[in-house]
Amino acid sequence: MKVKMLSRNPDSYVRETKLDLQRVPRNYDPTLHPFEVPREYVRALNATKLERVFAKPFLASLDGHRDGVSCLAKHPKSLATVLSGACDGEVRIWNLTKRKCIRMIQAHEGFVRGICTRFCGTSFFTVGDDKTVKQWKMDGPSYGEEEEPLHTILGKTVYTGIDHHWKEAVFATCGQQVDIWDEQRTSPICSMTWGFDSISSVKFNPIETFLLGSCASDRNIVLYDMRQATPLKKVILDMRTNTICWNPMEAFIFTAANEDYNLYTFDMRALDTPVMIHMDHVSAVLDVDYSPTGKDFVSASFDKSIRIFPVDKSRSREVYHTKRMQHVICVKWTSDSKYIMCGSDEMNIRLWKANASEKLGVLTSREKAATDYNQRLKEKFQHHPHIKRISRHRHLPKSIYSQIQEQRIMKEARRRKELNRIKHSKPGSVQRVSEKKKRVVAVVK
Amino acid sequence: MSSSRAAESLLALNQQEELEDLPREYPLSTSEDEGDSDGERKHQKLLEAISSLDGKNRRKLAERSEASLKVSEFSVSSEGSGEKLVLSDLLEPVKTSSSLAAVKKQLNRVKSKKTVELPLHREEIERIHREVAFNKTSQVLSKWDPVVQKNRQAEQLVFPLSKQQSVFAPIEHVVSGWKARTPLEQEIFNLLHKNKQPVTDPLLTPMEKASLKAMSLEEVKMRRAELQRARALQSYYGARARREKKIKSKKYHKLLKKGKAKQALKEFEKLRKVNPAAALEELEKLEKARMMERMSLKHQNSGKWAKSKAVMAKYDLEARQAMQEQLARNKELMQKIQVASESAEEEGGAEEEGEPFVPDVVNEVQVKADRPNPWMFRNHSGDTKEAEVQGDPEELAEPAAQEAPESEEEGPVVAEEILLKEFEERRSLRQKSGLNQIAKPVGSQEAKDLSSQEVLSELRALSQKLNRESHQSRKQELSSTRTVLAVQREEPAGEEEEPLLLQRPERARTLDELEELGKEGCFQNKELPRAAVEGQQLERNPSNHLGVPKEKKRKEQMIDLQNLLTTKSPSMKSLAVPTTVEELEDEERDQRQMIKEAFAGDDVIRDFLKEKREAVEASKPKDVDLTLPGWDEWGGVGLKPSAKKRRRFLVKAPEGPPRKDKNLPNVILNEKRNIHAVAHQVRMLPYPFTHHQQFERTIQTPIGSTWNPQRAFQKLTMPKVVTKPGHIIKPIKAEDVGYRSSSRSDLSVIQRNPKRLSIRHKKQLKKISVD
Repeated sequence: MKVKMLSRNPDSYVRETKLDLQRVPRNYDPTLHPFEVPREYVRALNATKLERVFAKPFLASLDGHRDGVSCLAKHPKSLATVLSGACDGEVRIWNLTKRKCIRMIQAHEGFVRGICTRFCGTSFFTVGDDKTVKQWKMDGPSYGEEEEPLHTILGKTVYTGIDHHWKEAVFATCGQQVDIWDEQRTSPICSMTWGFDSISSVKFNPIETFLLGSCASDRNIVLYDMRQATPLKKVILDMRTNTICWNPMEAFIFTAANEDYNLYTFDMRALDTPVMIHMDHVSAVLDVDYSPTGKDFVSASFDKSIRIFPVDKSRSREVYHTKRMQHVICVKWTSDSKYIMCGSDEMNIRLWKANASEKLGVLTSREKAATDYNQRLKEKFQHHPHIKRISRHRHLPKSIYSQIQEQRIMKEARRRKELNRIKHSKPGSVQRVSEKKKRVVAVVK
Repeated sequence: MSSSRAAESLLALNQQEELEDLPREYPLSTSEDEGDSDGERKHQKLLEAISSLDGKNRRKLAERSEASLKVSEFSVSSEGSGEKLVLSDLLEPVKTSSSLAAVKKQLNRVKSKKTVELPLHREEIERIHREVAFNKTSQVLSKWDPVVQKNRQAEQLVFPLSKQQSVFAPIEHVVSGWKARTPLEQEIFNLLHKNKQPVTDPLLTPMEKASLKAMSLEEVKMRRAELQRARALQSYYGARARREKKIKSKKYHKLLKKGKAKQALKEFEKLRKVNPAAALEELEKLEKARMMERMSLKHQNSGKWAKSKAVMAKYDLEARQAMQEQLARNKELMQKIQVASESAEEEGGAEEEGEPFVPDVVNEVQVKADRPNPWMFRNHSGDTKEAEVQGDPEELAEPAAQEAPESEEEGPVVAEEILLKEFEERRSLRQKSGLNQIAKPVGSQEAKDLSSQEVLSELRALSQKLNRESHQSRKQELSSTRTVLAVQREEPAGEEEEPLLLQRPERARTLDELEELGKEGCFQNKELPRAAVEGQQLERNPSNHLGVPKEKKRKEQMIDLQNLLTTKSPSMKSLAVPTTVEELEDEERDQRQMIKEAFAGDDVIRDFLKEKREAVEASKPKDVDLTLPGWDEWGGVGLKPSAKKRRRFLVKAPEGPPRKDKNLPNVILNEKRNIHAVAHQVRMLPYPFTHHQQFERTIQTPIGSTWNPQRAFQKLTMPKVVTKPGHIIKPIKAEDVGYRSSSRSDLSVIQRNPKRLSIRHKKQLKKISVD
């Protein structure tokens, strides 16, 4: 009699060490696993629904300021430290892990207009309505010492903004003109002007650090070169730009937060057309900050909400609001790209998750694999109507909702009028101007 | 202004070009412009001549009435506007004097050079500066283009981009950066300093340092050598032990052990002579070992090994010997050393000698019986049961008789217990009823008889049940024993009333069975030949027949028959030649049967056919009936339009195309668009795709781990951006992507001279101004 025996190669089932995972033999024959598309579709649908279920972005509110928060700054070396300046001249330093204020300084009389940290994290600078620039130590005063600034510079005009160089002991202020200061001197080493107007904000380019951008109240954005001590180019938009922010991963890209409810992303080499117009806000955009990954940015608006935009999309992927949050004046994306902070009129700083449904804390490898898979599924089926509807659904305050409707109608009317004008005039006499071109009034060399 | 100048220069350039175009033979001097100016001059001269006619030949000074370029420095009117003062004109008077030749030469050289142009307007200059700077900056920035492009298209970006080197910071460094500020801290620091406690680098006090240094070189060397030797020795011993441990020979180990024992004994003897106290201690140790042994039961035959040996003992001489050896060892260990109870030992010895071939199990039973101390028994189950049963004096004999053998079986004991309990309950009930009967005027004797009769019958039934159960669990019964049984049963056939006798054959049988059970513990029920089983049951039936009343017997028989017919117990199935293949087939058939039974009600195939027929009907185009009842004829309740009319107005639907599933009997193909599915389908081709097939393909390739191996799954679900929690992501740097960052600092460039332009800039500037 012939005896048939099962014989297996031990290599196929024996682990090399006991720490290895058990090998689970599987048959991937597609006939054994039918209906892959419908099954994955259902999984994607469930993942999308769960994402909405778990979307709870609000983490904490830091309260303590006695007036509206006018500016925020990140600590360059510590993730847990945040600085904020208020409209009553008070500067507070917060610890995010404890969610407590660890230090407060009466820095200025009147508004604290701008605050920025030194690149090494040992000190920070503030400018205020009292025409002064003050440098402060990051650590609190030692025992028995008094709380006072390291340096104070008294200027002739009000400074409205400040930013520190990313590598060197240089900072820039703006007001009547853009001044570049050496930390050691009491007078600017160079000041750059182009026309006469009050400049509301100035920002150093984080990559090519000699570049600066500023925006003035005569609707223009001006770029400067610090090394050649000259302005480079000026672009005039339809309405005034409140602030700009450079992309930390793409040297020539910056985004401008405009009064006309939109944000404009420019390539600084070609200012005549913005790369992208980001529209979703229903009121003036007051502040913008890039995620350190350079893939998204967050914008704060006068319409009491903050929105998160992907860099390459014109519509926002997320909107955050609470009943108590008033006009949001400043916003920052933390340097680990996980959280967002916003300071608003009603004296609070709020901490949000950058991904609304993300689970915080340490994930096991299985959890991580599951979230990755779900993310991928959502991406794969994102065009399917049900999934699209669910993932796009957001609850909005009534005011914002109605304003969106209203503006949609207005926009549609404008479009219709333009079409009619083209239709009823001599062919070729009225040209269609693209939306992007329309917003740029002029580029001045 | 600049534009006008530009126009001029342009004009000049044009002229030059024209001139160059002209052939060389033509004279260059002639030009209409000059002609014009000549005419003007003549006219001026004429006017002068006329004015001087009045006699006063005076020279008239030019009046300065308005700002003009033509005004001469020396308040000399340059005759005729627009005329340039040429150097050669001034030099004409000098022509004759040869002493001024050198100056003349110089002047001539100067003449050949062009004049310097006017400086540009400030705004203009700034504009040019800006433009130059912008172009330069754009060039600098465009080096980032490939990096940005790569990052945008990257499959996965892991942040932070540059891996931070974990900096090793020794505690001293951390401490050194910290200063005592508060009074308390300062006090503590003072204390530490006073005691010369180290605050920073090497954390040793001066004393410790000194002691470290104290050891001399020789000492250190010796110590080191010692340590080395010790280590080497250790390794040798380790290796040796390992080698010895690997030796598999049992004999070797046995010898080793014996050798060790002998050695120990010798040492003990020696010790007794030399140091009696120590010897006593040794003895105590031995005593302790004995106690341990008694507690542990290690060398009795309860272990696995002992049991296996017990099975083998009958056939294998060696095994028997091994067992006996073990028992002997047990005894030896259990022995009290000083006060040896000779009799017990002898007894044990006698036993072993007397019955060397008896297996251990039996041995033990006898030991039990012999032992004076009943608490030394290992199996108490039998006793407890006896205690239970002792409750009723009447039945004492029977249950006891039944129990004695039963106590040995491990498996069925529980079932029997339950049965017994049941029985007792019933009996107590009966007794009560009996008591009631006693109260009645009927003769008590008779009642008693009756009750006892009932009890008997009950017992019999119970034993029957037991038999059946034990039979199922039991393995094989040799036919010889059965014949013996039969004989034994036949013996007491006459005495029907005697309960004790009645039970006896059963008891004998069970004893026999027990023996066999002890011998062959692992046979399967299947192997029991069917004939034997049947025979057994047939045999049993007569035995029942003996004492039981007729009805009961019949009942029992009926149950047996039913058992035989309905439940196909495995013992019934496996017939004379049980082959594995047949069994498998049987199982399969069984399963099929089972499924058939489970789904007896629904006929799937017919349902499907019906469904398909309905689907075909539904999909057929319908005829349209346009007849209007009542038109052209009588109408009303109960009247139908005539057939002719109906035929006339019936619009026959054209036959549709043949169904796709016409030739597929097992399939229904729905050719209609499914409305419910539409809600889940994509209507428009999404943006990056250019053809619907591309999109469909991406949807159709599954990414889950159900369809993909682990690696592929991981690759497919790789997230686009990975960030590490708690890590600061810094802006991208030139060094990160392999570019050389400019070594000059931005600051130094400004400080050098902000407004000065490099030579290259000037060149560029000039070029732009020319353009």
